[in-house]
Amino acid sequence: MIIQALAFYLFAATAVASGVMVISARNPVHSVLFLILAFFNSAGLFVLIGAEFLAMILVVVYVGAVAVLFLFVVMMLDINFAEMREGFLQYLPIGALIGIILAAELILVFGSWVVSPEAAQILSAPELPAGGVTNTHALGQLIYTDYIYLFQSAGLVLLVAMIGAIVLTLRHRPDVRRQKISDQVGRRREDVIEIRDIPTGSGV
Amino acid sequence: MVDFWWNYAWPGLWIVVQILFLVVPLLIVVAYLTYAERKVIGLMQLRMGPNVVGPFGLLQPFADALKLMTKELIIPTGANRVVFLMAPMLTFVLAMVGWAVIPVSEGWVLSNINVGVLYLFAISSLGVYGIIMAGWASNSKYPFLGALRSAAQMVSYEVSIGFVIITVLLAVGSLNLTDIVLAQKNVWFFIPLFPMFIVFVISALAETNRAPFDLPEAEAELVTGYNVEYSAMAFALFFLGEYANMVLMSGMTVILFLGGWLPPFDNAIFNWVPGLVWFALKVSVILFVFLWVRATLPRYRYDQLMRLGWKVFLPLSLGWVVLTAGAIVVFGWYPGIVN
Repeated sequence: MIIQALAFYLFAATAVASGVMVISARNPVHSVLFLILAFFNSAGLFVLIGAEFLAMILVVVYVGAVAVLFLFVVMMLDINFAEMREGFLQYLPIGALIGIILAAELILVFGSWVVSPEAAQILSAPELPAGGVTNTHALGQLIYTDYIYLFQSAGLVLLVAMIGAIVLTLRHRPDVRRQKISDQVGRRREDVIEIRDIPTGSGV
Repeated sequence: MVDFWWNYAWPGLWIVVQILFLVVPLLIVVAYLTYAERKVIGLMQLRMGPNVVGPFGLLQPFADALKLMTKELIIPTGANRVVFLMAPMLTFVLAMVGWAVIPVSEGWVLSNINVGVLYLFAISSLGVYGIIMAGWASNSKYPFLGALRSAAQMVSYEVSIGFVIITVLLAVGSLNLTDIVLAQKNVWFFIPLFPMFIVFVISALAETNRAPFDLPEAEAELVTGYNVEYSAMAFALFFLGEYANMVLMSGMTVILFLGGWLPPFDNAIFNWVPGLVWFALKVSVILFVFLWVRATLPRYRYDQLMRLGWKVFLPLSLGWVVLTAGAIVVFGWYPGIVN
């Protein structure tokens, strides 16, 4: 129990601290790296409550793919750091307002939250319930049976977004010479190479 | 105090001992993999390979390690110091932590977690950070170009690796690595899922930045890419990380497709050989393929690499996922739902 508590405070404190560093770091690349640290600690928190599937998906999707692209973009940008610091004060009131509204909403929600008496006991020893169903299995059953239509429509939304992104960036440039892979692969030695004996002094 | 000892200190100490029993042999394997690479490629090119230090050059890895440890670590003036030093450590640590879930024999695993495959997939997809951080922190052209190539390459091939893993999971019905190996008791998955096995091995080459996909460190154009500015132990950590990643990906191939620690035939003589030996043998075969490919094939061009990943492997693996799922539903081959 002590170890779980210590791990929780370690992960939670690091997550919050790195969240603060994301917005206060001078260098945007450092910000992204702190964001990655925050993702990691959130994954650690998921593991602590026994949601190992969510933890791994968080790392695979956010750290493994999304943050790589973030980092990619931020590194390529040519940013004037001094200008960015000026913008910080300018946007501070709006940011603070949004933060306060979110905090107020969270307080409202958690104020009326009733914690089940067994919760503390389950949290202290996250293990399989009596049915022997892992949370991966349980999630699959919920998503693919009870919420299949919602799940499919979420997938469709993503598909539309993906097609939109491709359509927006696709340019057909007629002046570019493209490779025809099938032609290259289909090229035979007999068609392109001819070996001749050339008598001296007469040429081809 | 006695309570503290039995509840916390002793289990903690026991875990540390187990980790040492896994990591120390692993590091020796990595050291001798570098030796094997030079020897195998040397023999393929009709050379001797290392043969001076010790009998048959067997002490060569230790000589290399000593040399790298005693050299000076140079940090370029324009480099971002913290990130520059963190990158090689990250590469090395990520290559090591993946082994926490690999079962090397029945029950011989540090942490037998429910989502073992996902954990491995997550760890292998993080490998790109070491390279991209190194490239950026060096504040130099060639490392940065190498890092960008590597990021694009690893993200592309991860997608098909993901689909290959899904095919295997469909056939197993569990994300636990031990369950995956035990599901291959009758037939190893490389027989029914042969195309996926090939896709996985090739993607593993790309994921570990090995030839013929070693564009991030193309020595002829990028003067070895992301690690140009590194010297001494920092360079050694990159090197160790790359080779440990090769061993990890081979281990993953063995577990997903070649039946892990299971013997090829279920008879008394084969069963008498310990599972660890079978596992090590299979990993060695895959590692030999890694080296063989390096000695045989020329490097891919960048556009060919992207075409292979997105236009060949992605449709193929996606199609195979649908095919496998369809076959399971039509013939009712539902895997026994293990937990």
